[in-house]
Formats: sequence, structure tokens, C-alpha cells
Amino acid sequence: MTTNMRYKSRIIKTEDSEDKQYVGFATLPNQVHRKSVKKGFDFTLMVAGESGLGKSTLVNSLFLTDLYKDRKLLNAEERISQTVEITKHTVDIEEKGVKLKLTIVDTPGFGDAVNNNECWKPITDYIDQQFEQYFRDESGLNRKNILDNRVHCCLYFIPPFGHGLRPVDVEFMKALHERVNIIALIAKADCLTPNETKKLKDRVRDEIERFGIKVYQFPECDSDEDEEFKQMDKELKECTPFAVIGSNTVVEARGQRVRGRLYPWGIVEVENQSHCDFVKLRNMLIRSHMHDLKDVTCDVHYENYRAHCIQQMTSKLAQDNRMDSSIPILPLPTPDAETERLIKMKDEELKRMQEMLEKMQQQMHEKDQ
Amino acid sequence: MGGRDLFGYVGIEAVLDQMRRKTMKAGFEFNIMVVGQSGLGKSTLVNTLFKSKVSRKSCTPSYEEKISRTVHLKSVSHIIEEKGVKMRLTVIDTPGFGDQINNENCWDPIVKYINEQYEKYLTEELHITRKRRIPDTRVHCCVYFLPATGHRLRPIDVEFMKRLGKIVSIVPVIAKADTLTMDERLDFKQRIRQDLQASGIRVYPQKEYDEDVEDRIRNDKIRENIPFAVVGTDKEHQVNGNKVLGRKTKWGIIEVENVAHCEFANLRDLLVRSHLQDLKDVTHYIHYETYRVRRLNESNASVSGLSALPLENGITEKYEAQSQL
Repeated sequence: MTTNMRYKSRIIKTEDSEDKQYVGFATLPNQVHRKSVKKGFDFTLMVAGESGLGKSTLVNSLFLTDLYKDRKLLNAEERISQTVEITKHTVDIEEKGVKLKLTIVDTPGFGDAVNNNECWKPITDYIDQQFEQYFRDESGLNRKNILDNRVHCCLYFIPPFGHGLRPVDVEFMKALHERVNIIALIAKADCLTPNETKKLKDRVRDEIERFGIKVYQFPECDSDEDEEFKQMDKELKECTPFAVIGSNTVVEARGQRVRGRLYPWGIVEVENQSHCDFVKLRNMLIRSHMHDLKDVTCDVHYENYRAHCIQQMTSKLAQDNRMDSSIPILPLPTPDAETERLIKMKDEELKRMQEMLEKMQQQMHEKDQ
Repeated sequence: MGGRDLFGYVGIEAVLDQMRRKTMKAGFEFNIMVVGQSGLGKSTLVNTLFKSKVSRKSCTPSYEEKISRTVHLKSVSHIIEEKGVKMRLTVIDTPGFGDQINNENCWDPIVKYINEQYEKYLTEELHITRKRRIPDTRVHCCVYFLPATGHRLRPIDVEFMKRLGKIVSIVPVIAKADTLTMDERLDFKQRIRQDLQASGIRVYPQKEYDEDVEDRIRNDKIRENIPFAVVGTDKEHQVNGNKVLGRKTKWGIIEVENVAHCEFANLRDLLVRSHLQDLKDVTHYIHYETYRVRRLNESNASVSGLSALPLENGITEKYEAQSQL
């Protein structure tokens, strides 16, 4: 209402020449915003690292949920025969009308065995599978309801106990840096003094550079951003890898209830910037760079995979047919009317089910209130 | 045993004084091995235990914290003295253990080293003219460092302790324990004890070697508390007007010798103040004797005197089968 009235008053007040030059597409960002809010966002986050580095606790702290309620810890005998698994937990979160479908991909068993040769292979296979599925969907006939399961970001947990990157850390990151955005974190940072934290961060940064590991780079600030934002951005970049602490419990510190860990010698506050970099990680991951992570996944990693795939297909075709085929064709059968009808039916069914689910969620939400 | 009551002072108790003087003159030897992944604070803990720079790190001038590709064993010896009592302390470090991607059989060099020391001692003992005091390089205690994950024992921990618990006294500790809250610490310790029992691993102090009720009570208290959650440091800070060994963080100072903060003091008491002689005795009378019996049986079976190589592994059914021939 108010915008309309303001607009009207502006029409009355402005001169004719200005009126002629105002077309109105400046409202496009608002339209995009409204549409996105209606549609909702999705984000797939992978967490990787050895057992016991606080991955689950950190994910719970980041998204203020409890995703791992019924988890059972395997004992040592069971662990000896355990292989690396991939588990997915999906949760729908809503904040101020904006819906986020968050998927956490966990990798239990990574790095836990005595012999960890190629323990990252199940993980790279999973990421490639998601790319392949998206590739097929994208090249398919009906592209309305493509599910995007591609991994947008991988948080890799480095133990704070060592003196830098271990061989398994280097090999894992090198296997994944061209498939997914890697953000390296120093886990359980409450066992490090400030000096030790700094030394370890410097060491890890040097080794990442030395081994040629391409971790996720923050995009450069636009030159027209204000000074405060530029300063924050600079601080963020110098702070990597982030030294994080997570907590599932709320403790009382300095008269307030905060997320933290209670020790006999003091209280570690997770959201205190002088204690750890949790706030920086959260801001970066959720508040400022979530969309950029998705863009880089689509524009860089997925395109790399796609180009690689198409190249392989063309070379295979060339080998088979002994001629140059200019357009790479996917080995899809030409659909007949029957298959097309089936596809349409399935799509409508999917849409109906999604709407029903939403209605049910709304009802449950209203019931809780 | 029916004793006779003395009706006067004889002076038998002066034997204790004589023993004391002799041992003080001769000095003690203590060989401690530290095993664990790189970065768990092994060198720092050893320095803190003996309040001097005795670890390999402090002794090598060009020390670099690089992960080595194979497991080597490096030993450093020092003579430290306190109130006239001299101790020759040897610290055996095991860099490279558990640091590779494939850690299979990374415990083999360690088993080999321990058996070699037993072999050396045995060879000396069997000489016709023996030295008055055989130099004792046998490993009296192996401190195994567990990372403070808060979950359970890892497969590599189980494999290592299973094999080595049979030939040496293992004392497991939770390293860098300042990342666990008190509740997490208790849960972790309980799960570790369960895992140890389930895998049949015997750590020091072993139940079977308790000699009497007094020992049992004392050792039971220790057994309920292992593995000790330790924090080590060589830096001092001011706390309440006292200088204490501690780690200073933004949220407080972790006092290493404060039993409310960590169990370093308990570990030190166990290793140095109360059970040092017991560790040596268990090594000599139990582990060494087991090795010796096996060796001599094996040499009997082959009827050719001692072979040149020490046993490869603690348990070898092959030799036992031979000895039954």
C-alpha cells in the first residue's frame, strides 16, 4: 500500500522529463526476490573427517537443529570391519518466510581404519554420481522438476592434534578439490592456545599452497562496497582455515545463556569471536556466501564434469564410428508417445505429492502452535 | 610361618638403610617408550613428567616436525638427579607410528625393538663371565597416547595394544585432554575400558600380578581410573599469586598439576612416585621371564644353542610346537 502511495506522490511531484525516463525495471530484483522466497532454496553440505572431530556437533550448532539424535557409536570391533559410508540427512528449515531445504551428507568411517588407502573413493564416487544424475536430468526431455542433489560445499575437518596436514588430509583434498568446494576447518580448536592456533593455521595455509590444493576462494569484493564490508572480507580471508568449536549445550556465562562448553578452568563460548572462528564460518557459509558456493558448483565444478563427460563420449563415438560427430548425442532412446505420456503422468503425480506434503507440514505447524 | 618374638633390639631393620645407600650409589635405570600419532604431545608430556628437557625434540638441534614415512625408533638417554638419587632415564620415541594412510603393521618395528632388548639382556645373562650389573635397556613401560576423540578405541589402538600388551607394560593415556569436558571424559574412559575388556587387552597394572590384598586395593583404584586424561606443558603462568605449569587460553588457564583439571599428577605418581620399581619388577620377573622361557625352549628344540635372531613376535605357535618334539 505504502509503496503505491509513495509512487503516486512521486508521479505528482516529479517533472515530466524524469517521468519519461523511468521505465520500471528497477523493480526486477524485488520480483526475483518474491519468486525465490516462494520457491525456497536448497543447499547440500558435506562434512568429512575422522571420527571424533566434532562434525555432528558443529553441524547442529551451525543450523541450530539436532540432526543426529539417534546415532549409535560403533565399538572397536565393529569398526574394524567398517567401510566408508555415505549418509544423508535432510531437514527443512524456515526463517522469516524463507524456506531452506538443507541436506547434510555425512561420511562415517572415513579415515578410521588401520589401512585407509583410497578411503576417499566412495566420497568422490558419490559426488560424481550426483553430477551424472543432474547431467542426465538436464539432457532429458522434461526438465521442470529436476532435483538438484549436487554437493555445494564440503567442510573438511583437520584434527588440531597434528603439526599441519597429514598425508590422508592432503590426498583427500587433492582428490576432491576439482569436484566440490572445499572449506578446510581446524576442528576442536579448544585444545589450542592462541599461539598454537596461529602457528597451525599458518602451517596449514602454507601446506595447502605447497601441495597445490584448490580450496574454495572467497570472491573479491566489488570496488563499490563500503569500507566496513571490505575490511570484514579481508579479515575473513586472512583467518582461513577457520578454527572452530561446536556445542550442543547451553551454559551460563557472564550472566547470559550461551552455547558453550563448560570446563573446570573456564567456559568456552562458541559464538565469542575471540574464542573461535565459529561465527565467521557461519556468516560466511550461510549469511554471505551460500549463493556463491552454489554458483561455483554449477558454473565451475559441474561444468568441468560435464565437459569431461562429453569429451569422453565424443571420443568414444569417434572411435566407434570412425568419423567426426560434431554434436555429442546422449545415448537416449527416441521416446514414443507412450513414454511421453508416462513421463507426464509421473510429473503430475510428483507435483501433487509435493503439494500434499507441504499442506501436511503446514497443518502440523498450525497444530503445534 | 611361625616367627619368634625378639626380646631385644637386634638391628635387622638397618638392612633397609644399607640397601638404600647401595641403591643410591648405584643409581636407577628407567626406560620409557612413548607411542602415538604425531602431534599428540608425547615429547611435551615426557618433559613435564621429569621436569627437564629429556625428549628427543629438545635434544636434536635441527628438529623438524615432519611426518616420517616409516616408523623408526629413536632413543635418548639422560642422567637426572634429585636429592642424591641418580636416575638414568631413557626415552624411546616412535615417530611415524600411525601417521600414514596405510598403517598396517606399523607396530612391527616396535615389537621387534622390544624383543631385541630382551635378547640383549638374555645374551648377557647367559655369558660365562657376566658383568656385575647387566646394562638394562629393556622397555619398562610403554605409554600409549590415545587422541581425545570422545568416542571409543580405534582399530589401530586395539591392534597395537593387543600385540604389545603381551610383551610390555602398557599405560594408555588420553592425550590433549583439554578438549573434553568432565562428563565427556568419564564417558570416554568408560567406553575405552569396555573396549579393552572386550578385546582382551591387559594394561598395567595387570590384575594377575597383584601380590596381596593391599596391592589389589591400591591397583584397583588405579584401574578404575585409567586411562588418565593428561595435558602437558612446559610453560608457567601466574595463578592466584603462584607460579604453575599451565596452558593459557582465552577462557582460562589449564593447570597441569591440578587434579581438578587433568590427571597428569595421577600419571606422574603412577609412573614415578609409586610404581616405578613395580614397573621394573613386572618387566623383569614377568615379561622378560616369558621371553626367556620361550627362547630357551626354542633353542632346546633346535638343539643348537641360541640362534642369532630374537623372536619375531610375542606369540609363535611354531616354537611351542617344536618344543613338544
